[in-house]
Amino acid sequence: MSRRICIPLLVTALLLWLSGVEALQAGAAKQLEIFSWWTAGGEAEGLNALFSVYKKKYPDVEIMNAAVAGGAGAAAKAVLKTRMQGGNPPDSFQVHGGAELIETWVKTGFMEPITSLAQTEGWLKVIPKDLVEMVSYQGQVYAIPANVHRGNVLWYNKRIFDQNNLKPPATWDDFFKVAETLKGKGITPLSLGDKLKWEAAHLFEDILLATLGPEGYNGLWTGKTSWTGSGVKRALETFAKALQYVNSDHAALVWDQAAQMLIDGKAAMNVMGDWVAGYFTAKGWKPNVDYGFLPAPGTKGSFVIVTDTFGLPKKAPHREQALNWLRIVGSKEGQEAFNPKKGSICARTDCDKAKFDVYLQSSMADFARDKLVPSEVHGSAAPETFATEFNDILNVFVTRRDVGAAQKALQEACVRAKMCK
Amino acid sequence: MLRISLDRLIAIALLLPSLVAVGIFVYGFIGWTAYVSLSNWNTFVPDLSFAGLTNYLALMRSFRFQADLRNTLIFTFTFLAASLGIGLLLAVLLDQRVRGEAVFRNIFLFPMAISFIVTGVTWQWLLNPSTGVNLLFDQVGLGFLKSRWYTDPSIAIFSVVLAAVWQMSGFTMAMYLAGLRGVPDELLEAARVDGATEWQVYRYVILPLLHPVTLSAVIVLGHISLKIFDLVYAMTGSGPAFSTDVPGVFMFETTFRGNRFAEGAAISMIMLLLVAILIVPYLWYTMRTEAGP
Repeated sequence: MSRRICIPLLVTALLLWLSGVEALQAGAAKQLEIFSWWTAGGEAEGLNALFSVYKKKYPDVEIMNAAVAGGAGAAAKAVLKTRMQGGNPPDSFQVHGGAELIETWVKTGFMEPITSLAQTEGWLKVIPKDLVEMVSYQGQVYAIPANVHRGNVLWYNKRIFDQNNLKPPATWDDFFKVAETLKGKGITPLSLGDKLKWEAAHLFEDILLATLGPEGYNGLWTGKTSWTGSGVKRALETFAKALQYVNSDHAALVWDQAAQMLIDGKAAMNVMGDWVAGYFTAKGWKPNVDYGFLPAPGTKGSFVIVTDTFGLPKKAPHREQALNWLRIVGSKEGQEAFNPKKGSICARTDCDKAKFDVYLQSSMADFARDKLVPSEVHGSAAPETFATEFNDILNVFVTRRDVGAAQKALQEACVRAKMCK
Repeated sequence: MLRISLDRLIAIALLLPSLVAVGIFVYGFIGWTAYVSLSNWNTFVPDLSFAGLTNYLALMRSFRFQADLRNTLIFTFTFLAASLGIGLLLAVLLDQRVRGEAVFRNIFLFPMAISFIVTGVTWQWLLNPSTGVNLLFDQVGLGFLKSRWYTDPSIAIFSVVLAAVWQMSGFTMAMYLAGLRGVPDELLEAARVDGATEWQVYRYVILPLLHPVTLSAVIVLGHISLKIFDLVYAMTGSGPAFSTDVPGVFMFETTFRGNRFAEGAAISMIMLLLVAILIVPYLWYTMRTEAGP
């Protein structure tokens, strides 16, 4: 009888004691906890490269990698939000620059500005102004961009295009001509995998940019361009037409399986961000040999930015180490170590081109020259509230193709997110 | 007298921690969720000002939530019917004292040991329209059985039901088998002596005696299906035009992706209500039968 009571009591006491010891240790040693959703492939390799640069400079700091797996950070963001609201932030965390950073974390008072750090480290001189603006609020800088991905790229299987004497389309009109030819030969013109919903929204975002131009596109997020206007109507109609040329099993696939269709020769084209280039490289597919690339139809001269940034949470437990981490993330050395592995380009414009492959070099050239516009689907252009509804509305549109209903729903979502009146 | 009260004291002392824990972590949090669902907390910063039923009304108007409720009802009914039917059939077959009964029993029970996530991923591959069972049908000349499965909005939810039934019908089989073994032989003998056919024995003797088993199975499977999240999330996500979306997935995305905490809480409360509709009459029934003569 007494043993039955004693054992659970002992176990409980032991657990309490252990958790106490752990808490003490956390306070004693020099530590740095970095939160991200980079857990696999080139992303994890890039993160580790950053860690080793940090280790070289600060060998006495123990780095805790608090990465949470899951594509596009869906699971990681839920964990992060719980931790932040519970007053238990990591020392620094991965967040998309733009609305996701500003609306979710800065305006709500969770972040500390790092403007003086940005000035002393000279970041403001080497990072394009448009990009600095995406991580700033009321004149203060709140995060340092680690990398830049491009969202608006058309990828195509070179062999299929060569065999059929086709030219990759520069506009959506060209696209439909090419697609008709390909369809006639029994090849799926455009591959899509929209099981996770955002992939279809990503394609539509590029069509919006093509139809409205960068000015009109940016106006969507400030209420200047109307969701119920003729521009969005035309974009939705183009989207509906493009959907006639995609693979029929698109709802069963995710983005990398859609990219795989190009490698397998099952589809000719794919519109996706340039993480696809990283996927192709991992599969041994070479740029300009096996696959070709150009800006998504009608978006030449615009560069849709998807940027991962790191900032400083207000209650960061190891502030000193966190500031050093930001110094590494923003440094030329850090960005040159991270980006070739991650398959993205530097947020700085002074990185050594020789360290990057053919595709990334061309992306670097465009980045320096093009008009930079934020991505809605990847959290930079609009609050997360809107981004979630945007995905939902387009998910319904892909099946129903009801332009009027989609426009009405988008307008309502815009009002709910307080972007328009 | 002293002895009894000491025992009682120990009993209370031992129960107290779990009572307090359940009180806070179950009922306290249900209360908190209910409170949040009536607030204006639809940004990342807590705003607990009273909003009345605004969140519930917004949900009722939402296309996605209407689809969710419809899907939940279809899923629950078909899943329950199929699991109970197949479970009972398998149990009756196994009860015929077949050879290698233990082997079959384990084969049918094994899926239950797998997590819903694994089931979801596996069935996602199996029912992939271009690489899954459709290829198999082609090769054995059963091409007419080919289907677009979960990529076809009109039947997508049934693909998820298929996976769920595969996983849980072994469980109902085990319950029915235990029930069948518990039927006293004397009753069966008596019925046969009275000239009942084997069908009549099942219809009028065995099935009525299995009612309590059916009730338990309905409760267990019913609350799983009303709250289902992991299977759907792993297998199809929301599906084309929300054809496989369920309240659990909507709640997760609304709360943690869209930062609409009050609306997420409102979805949770409606889920709780749905489960309560199923569970409360059962609790009431068991309490009455236990208290009764």
